[in-house]
Amino acid sequence: MTNSTIDIDILRYRPEQDNAPFVQTYRIPYDEEMSMLEALQYIKDEVDGTLSFRWSCRMAICGSCGMMIDGVPKLGCKAFLRDYYPNKIKLEPLANFPIERDLVVVMDDFITKLESIKPYIIPAEEKSLEQGEYIQTPEQMAKYKQFSMCINCGLCYAACPQYALNTEFTGPAALALLARYNRDSRDAGSAERMAIVNAEEGVWGCTFVGYCSKVCPKGVDPAAAIQLFKVESAKDYLIGMFKPE
Amino acid sequence: MQPHSSKRKPYQRELPVDWWLKHAFYTKYMIREGTSIAITIYSCILAWGLLRLSQGEQAWQGWLEALQHPIAILFHVLALGLALYHTITWFDLAPKAADIWLKGKKLEDKVIVMAHYVGFALATIAALIIITY
Repeated sequence: MTNSTIDIDILRYRPEQDNAPFVQTYRIPYDEEMSMLEALQYIKDEVDGTLSFRWSCRMAICGSCGMMIDGVPKLGCKAFLRDYYPNKIKLEPLANFPIERDLVVVMDDFITKLESIKPYIIPAEEKSLEQGEYIQTPEQMAKYKQFSMCINCGLCYAACPQYALNTEFTGPAALALLARYNRDSRDAGSAERMAIVNAEEGVWGCTFVGYCSKVCPKGVDPAAAIQLFKVESAKDYLIGMFKPE
Repeated sequence: MQPHSSKRKPYQRELPVDWWLKHAFYTKYMIREGTSIAITIYSCILAWGLLRLSQGEQAWQGWLEALQHPIAILFHVLALGLALYHTITWFDLAPKAADIWLKGKKLEDKVIVMAHYVGFALATIAALIIITY
């Protein structure tokens, strides 16, 4: 396996000189231990210092290195050359987001959406520090735990054709995060958040493609969160018909 | 020169019209959604049959004969195949829309899927009994 190489096509875009993205091919030494992120670091250090990409932790917890690998949204640190070798690999910035530069995308819309769902515990009654913590049993935690594992990498938005067609859609990660708080026994903010769920761009913007849950690197199931909210939202609507506020 | 000039120029990619052909997952999803077209046509044919039944025996016989046309048979075989595809893919997704907890544990996905198949089998048997007798 020594001296073998692998070709990587990278979609590049340099706003100060390009009007549109273009593909640049890099040939680097192949190593079966190498992750896609390490390959990019090799290129930046040894081949082309102008290449831009985001990264931080290298261990699938910071959520920075999301990219399209052969058209599939993945974390660069969690994908390995050996799963593609000897074929050429194509790397592109995350789909459905505007390209800032090379593999870096503009995530402002995503962050705004995460903030919009009131991602914090709204207790029924504020307690002072002296009154102690808000107690929760392991069983109560199990109800929301998987939805709390999100690392905000944005892969689910890159996987969502509904978000691609209409960026007004609140989207998978934000709605899963909303579920994380609504399902928390210490939280009493469900009624406030249901307005976001019930909206046209809330859960009803989803057509249950289900790819969001498939690509999530942390095992979160946004598709489930959204379908369960559709049930809640329908109930909300029916109750509202008989009991207007 | 402007005091805060920026070189930023975010590039918005266009979604290609054939986006759903680029990945098998999307294609399967589109077929699943597309099954509704065949089911709609099937329902219309069935409703048409009910109307003909209300118009007397001759009209009803005419409808039955029309159904024996090769195109009608081909369509019904195709519609059955698509309906089964929709059923299977829907049953696979059903656990996502169910949140059932028993004794502090979430009911396993395969139990929910199995329950759907059992319900499907029972409904089919019931329908066959009603049609046969």
